[in-house]
Amino acid sequence: MSTKTSIRSESMRPRPSANSSKRPNPEYKTKSWEYIVKTLSLLAVLVTTLFFYGTGGADAYTVYVSNEKGNSLTVIDSETLQVLTTIPVGQRPRGIMLTKDGKQVLICASDDDTVQVLDVASREIVADLPSGPDPELLNIHPSGSPVYIANEDDNLLTIVDLETTKVLAEVQVGVEPEGVGISPDGKTVVVTSETTNMAHFIDTETFEITDNVLVGARPRFAEFTADGKHLWVSSEVAGTVSVIDTATREVVKVIKFDVPGVQEIYLQPVGVRVTKDGTKAFVALGPANRVAVIDAKTYEVEDYLLVGKRVWQLAFTPDQKLLFATNGNSNDVSVIDVPTLKVVKSIPTGTAPWGVTISQD
Amino acid sequence: MLGCLGLFLGLLPPAALAAPPTTKSEPTLVSIGYLKQEVDDAIPLSRLNVKPHDLGIAGAKIALRDNNTTGMFTNQKFTLDVERVPVGGDPVAALNRLVDSGHQFVLVDAPAPVLLALADAVKGKEVLLFNVSADDVRLRQEDCRVNVLHTAPDIAMLADALAQYLVWKKWQRWLVVSGVFPEDQAYRDAIRRAAKRFGAKIVDEREYEETPGARRSDTGQQQIQQQLPVFTQAAPAYDVLIAADQREVFGPYLPFRTWDPRPVAGTAGLKAMSWHPAHEQWGATQMQNRFQRFANRFMLPRDHQAWIAVRAIGEAASRTQSGDYGPIDAHIRGDSFELAAFKGQKVTFRKWDGQLRQPIIIAGAELPVSTSPQRGFLHEHEDVDTLGIDAPETKCKL
Repeated sequence: MSTKTSIRSESMRPRPSANSSKRPNPEYKTKSWEYIVKTLSLLAVLVTTLFFYGTGGADAYTVYVSNEKGNSLTVIDSETLQVLTTIPVGQRPRGIMLTKDGKQVLICASDDDTVQVLDVASREIVADLPSGPDPELLNIHPSGSPVYIANEDDNLLTIVDLETTKVLAEVQVGVEPEGVGISPDGKTVVVTSETTNMAHFIDTETFEITDNVLVGARPRFAEFTADGKHLWVSSEVAGTVSVIDTATREVVKVIKFDVPGVQEIYLQPVGVRVTKDGTKAFVALGPANRVAVIDAKTYEVEDYLLVGKRVWQLAFTPDQKLLFATNGNSNDVSVIDVPTLKVVKSIPTGTAPWGVTISQD
Repeated sequence: MLGCLGLFLGLLPPAALAAPPTTKSEPTLVSIGYLKQEVDDAIPLSRLNVKPHDLGIAGAKIALRDNNTTGMFTNQKFTLDVERVPVGGDPVAALNRLVDSGHQFVLVDAPAPVLLALADAVKGKEVLLFNVSADDVRLRQEDCRVNVLHTAPDIAMLADALAQYLVWKKWQRWLVVSGVFPEDQAYRDAIRRAAKRFGAKIVDEREYEETPGARRSDTGQQQIQQQLPVFTQAAPAYDVLIAADQREVFGPYLPFRTWDPRPVAGTAGLKAMSWHPAHEQWGATQMQNRFQRFANRFMLPRDHQAWIAVRAIGEAASRTQSGDYGPIDAHIRGDSFELAAFKGQKVTFRKWDGQLRQPIIIAGAELPVSTSPQRGFLHEHEDVDTLGIDAPETKCKL
């Protein structure tokens, strides 16, 4: 199914408003000391996490939810499941992600045509990333930078250095890019294009497309498994999830859904998360108001958990004990207890919650 | 067409053209035609409703761009050639020119009689026509043709979509005012059918006789202000006035001028349509942005209907990895066809009459109000098939 094409990033059509740097920043690769610092800090986080596991104490993480219509972030404590505060942000915030150091939240402010950088401590917007128009989803390299931003309006994946906020490259992809997944080894970034219906595999060193894999209609989200061997892509209009073997770049399984009493046309997968141990996957089914639970080894759908209305995105707590689901039409998040597969709580948010990201500590 | 080709080549970076070491084969070519039969339209009452010169064509062109962006990854190239047939011209000759030059997929933007003549002219040939404009029910019923797929909704779908919303709103008593033209009668018939299907009651029907003359003039507003209250006076108790005025003779005069303070729907006021320039649900914002940047105007229903037709061809070519008529035609009509069209669910073609199955937008002038099918109007297979002619009632024999 896949066809191979190479598209050079430096030959993109000129963008007068964007940063002048269209080429990979040579400085970027030489700053190896930064990697060391980052690796050390990652190790520190890991050690801290292990410590908490060891003591068996309940971990309190901070959950950030973007409210698409509320133009705000709702901040929730994962232990008390109480709303801590609400932070006003730019217009139509959708995709959000904490930086690897946990100090900033990157927010796709779609109607402001920018990615805002929110400082968690001061709760202020400290920078804007040059995203191009209408950013919707983003992802961050495992090393902490760069940031990969899907620009739906321009058929581009914009790659931005987080420290310098400079554009490293823009990669031309299919029509309406949306989902952005990054392989755990950081070597591959995948962007899904909603109207072209492909998962584009891009080499993070050369910024070249290496493979294009056709998937079901309107692919919205791409999630690598923790072992890096598979990529899960949700197709909203097709009502399916495609599992792609990352070695062969072939679709090895197309997962379908069947909820009694719900017409097939309303089963619209969006957010996807796979547990770190690779045993279970969770898929948000949009207007079907369910989160599907899938055996990630056999690909059998085991259960459908009833959540709020129009469920969009999902995020695990780092201990993988809780899964938060944003419900766009009922203005709340559902909290799923992962070991028991029960929806344990609904927490009211701002208007039209969309994205969710959770702190590592 | 050359412009489009140039644009496409412009998008291709020179490096990529030279880059692949393995000799890249010539892209598969898919030629699409657009046949527009010009018609003598009366000047609309509102200058906001003047039809753009590139109505429909701009939608097809933006879809061509979308197809060619995808084609960069599938090694396929799509072209679009437009044949404009002047009033009194020969549409069949124009279609033959397209077919003879290798166009097996042709969008037809023409009234029903022309569409039928074209379909019959290429009967038995490997040519698939897309009806992107004609809303006549008969084209999906007794006059259906196997070589025609309809991306334009017919008035039965539009009337059903509107009726569902009005019934959901509990505005179930309708005063129907229709014009004198055959298409007005056809629209009125669709409204009657919808009322019966969804439990509304037509309390009275009135006919508005056309008074020929200049449609826009310095005087006249005063007269209309006097005439329309009188015309709608002494009606039985009703909830909503439904206008059946396809040629826009009097419909836009009705809102705010009825004797009783009642909303107006139908061909004026609250309307049912396949697309609205302010529709932004289900990712439509991106479609609107990219269309407006391209065409320097708002996207109208016929643009979206043409967009769907070209995208259907592109999607089938991408899925079948083919540029040939056989696989593309079979895929579009087949069970695995699914197209994302910013309508909240996939759009597909009904097997019994070739009509595109699609949700319908209910909208006022500035904003969409709702999308039908409405909740609670259930169908054994797909709720969207509660709109228009369903399989059990079809008179179409393909």
